[in-house]
Amino acid sequence: MSTKEPVVLGIESSCDETGVGIVRGTQLLANAVSSSMDEHVRFGGVIPEIAARAHLEAFVPTLQQALDTAKLTLDDIDAIAVTSGPGLAGALMVGVSAAKALALATGKPLYGINHLVAHVGVGVLEGTVLPPTFGALLVSGGHTEILKVTSLTKDVQLLGSTIDDAAGEAYDKVARLLGLGYPGGPAIDKAAKDGDRKAFRFPRGLSLPKFVGSAENPGKHRNNFSFSGLKTAVARCVEHFEAAGEPIPVADIAASFQEAVVDVITSKAVRAMVENNLTTVLLGGGVAANTRLRELLAARCASAGIALVVPPFSLCTDNGGMVAALGAQLVADGAKPSGLEFATDSSQPVTQIVLTH
Amino acid sequence: MPNYLSIDTSAHASVALIDADTGAVIAAHTSPKGNDQTETLAGYVRDLMADHGQQGPELAGVIVGVGPGPFTGLRVGLVAARTFGFVWQVPVHGVMSLHALAERVLELDEIPEEFIVASDARRKEVYWATYNRQGALTDGPHVAAAATLPALPVYGVGAGIYEEALREAGAAPQPESFAWIAESAYLAKHGLKDLAAGKDLSNTAPQYLRESDAQVPAFMKQAQAKEATA
Repeated sequence: MSTKEPVVLGIESSCDETGVGIVRGTQLLANAVSSSMDEHVRFGGVIPEIAARAHLEAFVPTLQQALDTAKLTLDDIDAIAVTSGPGLAGALMVGVSAAKALALATGKPLYGINHLVAHVGVGVLEGTVLPPTFGALLVSGGHTEILKVTSLTKDVQLLGSTIDDAAGEAYDKVARLLGLGYPGGPAIDKAAKDGDRKAFRFPRGLSLPKFVGSAENPGKHRNNFSFSGLKTAVARCVEHFEAAGEPIPVADIAASFQEAVVDVITSKAVRAMVENNLTTVLLGGGVAANTRLRELLAARCASAGIALVVPPFSLCTDNGGMVAALGAQLVADGAKPSGLEFATDSSQPVTQIVLTH
Repeated sequence: MPNYLSIDTSAHASVALIDADTGAVIAAHTSPKGNDQTETLAGYVRDLMADHGQQGPELAGVIVGVGPGPFTGLRVGLVAARTFGFVWQVPVHGVMSLHALAERVLELDEIPEEFIVASDARRKEVYWATYNRQGALTDGPHVAAAATLPALPVYGVGAGIYEEALREAGAAPQPESFAWIAESAYLAKHGLKDLAAGKDLSNTAPQYLRESDAQVPAFMKQAQAKEATA
């Protein structure tokens, strides 16, 4: 195997996307994704059992599609990487079992890797050059994290995360309150375009001095997020209009809610970058598609002299290409394969980049 | 002569290598635990094949249990079997997992005219099916509370768990079978009979028998009703 530019097949099944991607070194050769999102719409959120059922049916066809796109056979693959966590346990197990069977049947080494670090690892694709040390902001339906990446393959640190709902989850819940459908992110983003983001002042979670502290004496939640209070505030606001028998100002509420989320995420992320001397930040996760998040983050990064890297959207949402990208970095760095006996870990910490044998 | 690889994860992770001509069990292994399919299955297959110098592409095929069984474990075996079939380019045959229990009944000295096999479906229910003396399926598979089963001899781990409820319902749980779970060697035995009889086993769709638990939440129903009337 070419250890400098290994051909790695990556498998992702941590939520509602079945992904199989193939990379050669830092070049993306294929990124096949099958989503069960349509099946979750009527529930207003991802139903784990439905997602897991869909993974089983989608796996082999998605694998075939990725190989076809890359114009490769399994013989051409040097190694296999799979998301071992964090994510939905039942969903993860389908991908991991498939990956183990694939590794065994082909005789290729298998790496069980961290989903969140893979969201960052995708940043090496498509000719993007990342500095040795950088920061990452991951915002999705299941995650809201600020990371410090000293080495993609050896040293990733969690600077902050949500203590309750993920940002994308808050979007879904508020979209329901406003009758805007699922998934909430794009729906609210769209409704907010016609709204006044200063119409309502919704709370910025964990922004009080007692939580934040100072740079020298940081509070417990300086870099952490909370969105459950915000969601409740929006609910009270909607109830207020309903009780008064007045029409609900959907666009203004959507815009003001979005501003509260995006304001607290970007201000905390940029502050964390500055205080950790990180001059580049990578934005990942499905909520990276949000126009206001990108706009405000770009502006605040520019003011702080921080370079912002945003991968193409198809690589920000869950996909196998990101798993393959991180896998290729690990193989090139001489990481040991994870074997065939590892378990999934639905709360795998970012410090565990690859599972050890 | 080629062999079959048999896999069932409807109860515990269970693997076997079966002689395609004679049906003889070359080797078999079943996990003592019911919650380690993801961790153990691939390693069991690796060891089974390595110990017997079996090459994947030289298999006659893969026989896999399609359930019913607890969903998460069941999927682990199904996705692995389908992947083996894809890589090795060998056929994958789906066999209903309760058949594995029925095959064990057929080995008894006295086989009832009609009998039930029952496995653990959790949530105070069993997966069950009825068979005739020749081992042919006569009803099922179903999922139901043990107390609702017909008044017949009942075999399998489900009979042990719900012994009392079954007796009260007039059924006859058979104590010698209370430890029986679906094992891949017995599953293959049934599969080989079906294949010899010319049955098409190409369907490997899981037998969930239950819908996902998801309920459409009230607020979504309201929203959907609004949309429908709008």
